[in-house]
Amino acid sequence: MIALASYKKNISRFQSVIALFILCIVLGVLSDKFFTAANGLNVLRQVAVNVCIATGMTLIVLTGGIDLSVGSVLALCGAITAGLLKNGLSFPSADLFVGFTILGAVLAAVIIGALLGSFSGIVVTSFRVPPFVATLAMLTIARGLTMLYTGGHPISNLGEDFAYIGTGSLLGVPVPVWIAAVVVLIAVFITRKTKLGRYIYAIGGNETAARLSGIRINKVKLTVYAIGAALAALGGVIVTSRLDSAQPNAGISYELDAIAAVVIGGTSLNGGKGSVWGTVIGAVIIGVLNNGLVLLNVSPFWQQVVKGAVILLAVIVDKAGDKKE
Amino acid sequence: MLVAKNISKKFSGVIALSDVSLELHPGKVNAIIGENGAGKSTLMKIFSGVHTQYEGEILYNGRSVRFSGTRDAEAAGIAIIHQELNLVPYLSVAENIFLGREITNNLGILDQKAMRRKATELLSRVHLSVSPDTKVTELKVGQQQLVEIARALYADASVIIMDEPTSAISDKEVENLFLIIRQLKGEGKTIVYISHKLKELFAMADRYVVLRDGMSIGSGDMKDISQDELIQKMTGRKLSFEKSGSTVKDKEELLSVKNISLKHPLFRITKLLNNISFTLHQGEIIGLYGLMGAGRTELMETIFGLHPKNSTGEIAVEGKTRKIKSPAQAIEAGIALVPEDRKLQGLILNQTIRSNISMAILQKLQRWGFMLNAKKERELAAEYIGNLAIKTSSATNAAKNLSGGNQQKIVLAKWLATHPKILLLDEPTRGIDINAKAEIYKLMKSLVAGGMGIIMVSSELPEILAVSDRVLVMCEGELTASIPIEEATETEILKCAIHKN
Repeated sequence: MIALASYKKNISRFQSVIALFILCIVLGVLSDKFFTAANGLNVLRQVAVNVCIATGMTLIVLTGGIDLSVGSVLALCGAITAGLLKNGLSFPSADLFVGFTILGAVLAAVIIGALLGSFSGIVVTSFRVPPFVATLAMLTIARGLTMLYTGGHPISNLGEDFAYIGTGSLLGVPVPVWIAAVVVLIAVFITRKTKLGRYIYAIGGNETAARLSGIRINKVKLTVYAIGAALAALGGVIVTSRLDSAQPNAGISYELDAIAAVVIGGTSLNGGKGSVWGTVIGAVIIGVLNNGLVLLNVSPFWQQVVKGAVILLAVIVDKAGDKKE
Repeated sequence: MLVAKNISKKFSGVIALSDVSLELHPGKVNAIIGENGAGKSTLMKIFSGVHTQYEGEILYNGRSVRFSGTRDAEAAGIAIIHQELNLVPYLSVAENIFLGREITNNLGILDQKAMRRKATELLSRVHLSVSPDTKVTELKVGQQQLVEIARALYADASVIIMDEPTSAISDKEVENLFLIIRQLKGEGKTIVYISHKLKELFAMADRYVVLRDGMSIGSGDMKDISQDELIQKMTGRKLSFEKSGSTVKDKEELLSVKNISLKHPLFRITKLLNNISFTLHQGEIIGLYGLMGAGRTELMETIFGLHPKNSTGEIAVEGKTRKIKSPAQAIEAGIALVPEDRKLQGLILNQTIRSNISMAILQKLQRWGFMLNAKKERELAAEYIGNLAIKTSSATNAAKNLSGGNQQKIVLAKWLATHPKILLLDEPTRGIDINAKAEIYKLMKSLVAGGMGIIMVSSELPEILAVSDRVLVMCEGELTASIPIEEATETEILKCAIHKN
């Protein structure tokens, strides 16, 4: 009985991996271009940004929250990176000009991202605004700030060195994939091996019990919103670098792709249950699906329908598994 | 007349009602009296169609009935007014009265005019002078209760069950309520009145039924019984546990609580706790008794730092005044709280036994300041699973898969792992089987032998008498007695717990 139960448990844990596997086989049969190294790297490069964002989203969703502002934060922080690289910071009144190295600009963007996330976190914890509303407000605010900062125009021609982040390769693997891999490994480490990770799951699993156990709920929530937005900022750097241009309209609806990856990966929107690995698989499933449908010449309109259907399917299968337990 | 014949009801093996028979007379106020857990609510839930699975028979006006649900009972004319009122706060008084039974015109559209007219009439019958369009949130608790009664009147209920109707309303509102009850009685309605307040019962009730441990103990006319006889009937059961003698003598003072008061978070004038002071000594088990709503849980929560904004008073641990504004600070001060509801407040049900046990001391299980020491955590879990005899095949089983007693042991383990000096236990044996209970008592004894101090909140008098060195009794937010165990009897404790004025 116990062996059977744990066998079933493992099946449900690897549900999304199995789904991905089947999806790849089907696409491989239907298209001879699918199983090529170039296509594989192409898929990974395309999902790298979503993996970064969705990883942060996973931490937030695990606490029972959500962040709708990641797309706008991505645009704002991408624009800030580009602006600092191109124009630096000048303070005419003090007759001061500060130029930025690539590393400096990237760090500044990520820190600003973390601050934006902290702001959402404070609104959620101290003012008890539901995360959905708090981050919806941040979505609009950050988009507006992006427009103000850029004047509505792209900031382009950022130099070849900077373009390496989004377009370069290291050991044959695209740099964005390396970045996403590092992000994922750190997040897996945090969720599995640290106090913070335990607290994240505990708060999502039962906030009352967590509070009674002496866990400082507000601190943990603030931290995950900061991390989530910082990773969105990192995504902004990659997108900006890849296009060699910061677009004021970048990142629109990226939050939905991130949430989709989290959900397909088996993380419960109620919090407390799920994993970063699951989200990575979820993001790759979305990427493979997009890629495969393009290879098969399916119209982009149908692609959206299929993506929606997959999200539904994933959640329904997940719920069915819950009931059986 | 509503008659129950040989009603029995079990909840997953635990007997809630056993062979209960009683009669509820029309045109009379029928009081149902009993301690917490005597079976009053279960019986009322059977009458009102909430519980549909039970043994025995209900006769209603001479006919055998078996309600298929609350709507069915309501249609038959039985209405219940719960202690926690069941109104939709953001709808108006009229909308609430007619909820689910709206008056519509021929087209099926709501007939607002007719409903407002009818509502005005019903409100005047319950002496509530507010507009039918008032939102329920704007009403005081007492007024909301009258809306519920109006709702019952609209349903043309002939049996009206009131569960602790005066627990949250002012004296003036009580007077008005009694006026209405007398009026309804005059109309020939059967009033079923559940209350702990003996004075009220003697003022209002015509008949009484006493329940104890799920059995009907006695019934009769209120005028034929005295207060002491009634209390005797409520408690007179044989002791199921040996009474223990106190072993505490001149030990160090561990916890001292001075003038703790707690305001109601919404109704600021209401005091949930009023000026409570007591001390707990090393090696002592204090049994804290009180009826529902006495403020026992609130007292534990306040000591544990869960009500920093609404509470006042001073807490000293080992003679040193401590500022306790959060559970984290309470833990630091050496206090642990095993909460009342282990599933809602104690455990992360989806997580493993191991991570539940380590939850409160993760900062002590770290390596290099940032990483959990998995080996230490495994050892910790294994140690407590062994010490407390938690029955499980593996420390990585999810907490939700264990029995109630074993779940309670996990919560205990979590708190013992913090090495507390003071252990607050809120109903530690609720809903667990007799063997697990005995194990928990044994554990408590061995913990105090090691110098800990324990406060145990319990609704079960035999348990209080069996385990405590001293009994504190609360009533309506006040500490009404501190009785050394040698002098404690069930009757004495219950007398102090029952509201007298």
